[in-house]
Amino acid sequence: MAIEKISPDDSKNYNNDDILVVRNLKKYYPVSKFSLFKSRAYVKAVDDVSFTIKRGTTMGLVGESGCGKTTVGRTILRLHEVTDGQVLFDGKDLAKIPPKELRKMRPQMQMIFQDPYSSLSPRMPVGEIIGEAVKEHKIVPKSEYRSYILKVMRDCGLQPHYYYRYPHEFSGGQRQRISIARAVALKPKFIICDEPLSALDVSIQAQIINLMKDLQEQYGYTYLFISHDLSVVKYLSDTIGVMYLGNLIEMGDKNKIFSNPMHPYTKALLSAVPVSDPDVKMNRIILKGDIPSPVNPPSGCKFRTRCPYAMPICAEKAPVFKEYEEGHQVACHLYSQD
Amino acid sequence: MGLIDIFKRKKIEGVDDTMYLTLREERRISKENNKIIRKFEREKNRKNVPEEEYLTQMRDPSNVVEFEDLHTYFFTDVGTVKSVNGVSFDIPQGKIVGVVGESGCGKSVTSLSLMQLVQAPQGQIVKGSIRYQDSNGKCYEITKMPKDKMLKIRGKDIAMIFQEPMTSLNPVFKIGEQMDEVVLLHVEGSTPESAKARSIEMLKLVGIAMPEKVYNSYPHELSGGMRQRVMIAMALSCDPRLIIADEPTTALDVTIQAQILELLRDVKNRINGSIMLITHDLGVIAEMADYVVVMYAGRIIEKGTVREIFHDPKHPYTIGLMRSKPTGETRDNRLYSIKGQVPNPINMPDHCYFYNRCDKAMNVCSRDYPDMVDFSSTHCAACHLYYGEGLQEQNKGKE
Repeated sequence: MAIEKISPDDSKNYNNDDILVVRNLKKYYPVSKFSLFKSRAYVKAVDDVSFTIKRGTTMGLVGESGCGKTTVGRTILRLHEVTDGQVLFDGKDLAKIPPKELRKMRPQMQMIFQDPYSSLSPRMPVGEIIGEAVKEHKIVPKSEYRSYILKVMRDCGLQPHYYYRYPHEFSGGQRQRISIARAVALKPKFIICDEPLSALDVSIQAQIINLMKDLQEQYGYTYLFISHDLSVVKYLSDTIGVMYLGNLIEMGDKNKIFSNPMHPYTKALLSAVPVSDPDVKMNRIILKGDIPSPVNPPSGCKFRTRCPYAMPICAEKAPVFKEYEEGHQVACHLYSQD
Repeated sequence: MGLIDIFKRKKIEGVDDTMYLTLREERRISKENNKIIRKFEREKNRKNVPEEEYLTQMRDPSNVVEFEDLHTYFFTDVGTVKSVNGVSFDIPQGKIVGVVGESGCGKSVTSLSLMQLVQAPQGQIVKGSIRYQDSNGKCYEITKMPKDKMLKIRGKDIAMIFQEPMTSLNPVFKIGEQMDEVVLLHVEGSTPESAKARSIEMLKLVGIAMPEKVYNSYPHELSGGMRQRVMIAMALSCDPRLIIADEPTTALDVTIQAQILELLRDVKNRINGSIMLITHDLGVIAEMADYVVVMYAGRIIEKGTVREIFHDPKHPYTIGLMRSKPTGETRDNRLYSIKGQVPNPINMPDHCYFYNRCDKAMNVCSRDYPDMVDFSSTHCAACHLYYGEGLQEQNKGKE
């Protein structure tokens, strides 16, 4: 999973195993008006992020709120325009693709949103919510439409008589099932799950996790799973990326990240998860302070203001994102940068 | 099978879980509710209530608060919601009591009942008692306490930290003004200067680096973690005997959550108060609490010390909750999940509320609500598995 030096347009030497290749993705939001005399200030929500997802696997993206993980997801789907960088989906650069073709690609990549209470239209019955895009993209012939929707609903654990009901009649867990059914109905290859569990109760979370896993086994979906709940990410993902203030600071195989976290932030993050056992006393690393403002991030390494191991060099130079063992990359000055 | 057939069948079997009311029925219910509500409100609004009426005795003088058979109902137009339905537990001095349960199980309403903050007039404490003991050893019956007397306790002796620090701070006042208000109201003989000194001292106590600057800023200028610190500082400013923390870390990130939990524990030791910690995160409970109360659909289904609950859970719901949390060891194993969902709060069944979702449901479970079974002096659970007919049925099954 190393990042090779790449020429701007090399969508040809693309590995068929990789469904999604993100290279140097950047997304800046302007925060001040255009002026002749001052340089424009930007929030660097996503600043130079690169990763690859293999077909049929799950990548977990973790980080605190405001670190840009949701923006990564939305920019990949081009719900926000890309500022710079490449998003190769099945070999096509989504960042540059013309709108008409992008529209044709849309069914292949879907998104499940965080809040099932605001992401479903209150004025549409469930059948229509799930089926609207199916009709639009002509996924199945008209004659099979209804039976297809009912099949999708059954797959997602929804009773057929929910077809004519409205979202307000359902609980949070059921609504999240509807959101999943809506995404799955388009026969996508790739689904971005943006904190799909955080609005749900523990017992319902387990049901949804199992549903997502079953669907993946059955249909071979690829997930990008965005979450701040490390235990869930650990359970679902194959690879994990840790983000901090718009940068990917550590990425690698799940087991490697959890057994041998290298970046001080990852260590702190892992130790902060409460354990459901009163006798286990964690040796906890408690970070001081809050995440800095993304408009004026600290110079050099962005984490240095909260880092227990900060050195003089951290303020001068941003660390390089480098591979230290196979399938484990870190950006930190604690490890040799050569 | 066509779609119409499916509808027909469902209607006949009566499996439909939603309830539809006609307008006439709704009007009838609302009329009845009004009658009941008016009775409660009249009782509450009496003036010059003699003190004897709400003074009582604690069962155990080492407790700060005792809940006994508390019933808090909401009289809505679609029916009566029994949010809290017979809850009894104690909060001992200097301990942390964790209340766990899913959303809608009544854990927040229990704490609001203690503060007399239940959304009136629909919400009413119908039955039961909440006893509170102040620092002089005087015991009050919170359910009978008149509103003006309650003002002296609420915010001073019993303070509350809410889930959303953004919505519980007033956005148009500076932090300082909001904090001073508490001190000026509750501490006798306080002047604006002494209040300010107190507020800044409290901000320092909760680990805010520049207390003077925060004192003069507005809530929107602070981050979520800082706001929650301010909330804690505000709760502490009158040396409370009990802090109710209603999901204090749910809106925060893990690293900030660790900071806040550390702070809460530290603060508790410093003021020697008790904490009632309400959360749905079992990890937080395991880490913080001394005693645990597990609630389900308005009732306590299991309570005990933290070790008893985590090492030897008895009720199938508690066991299910523990198992449904991914520990991340293996991805190939299916995660255990409790099937179904919480029953409709308006039409609660007579039998065990967990019957439909329980793996171990027996015949007896569908007949009556189980009694509390004691396993030790502190540990008890409400389940048919452990006594009488249910236990026999279990043993028979084994043979």
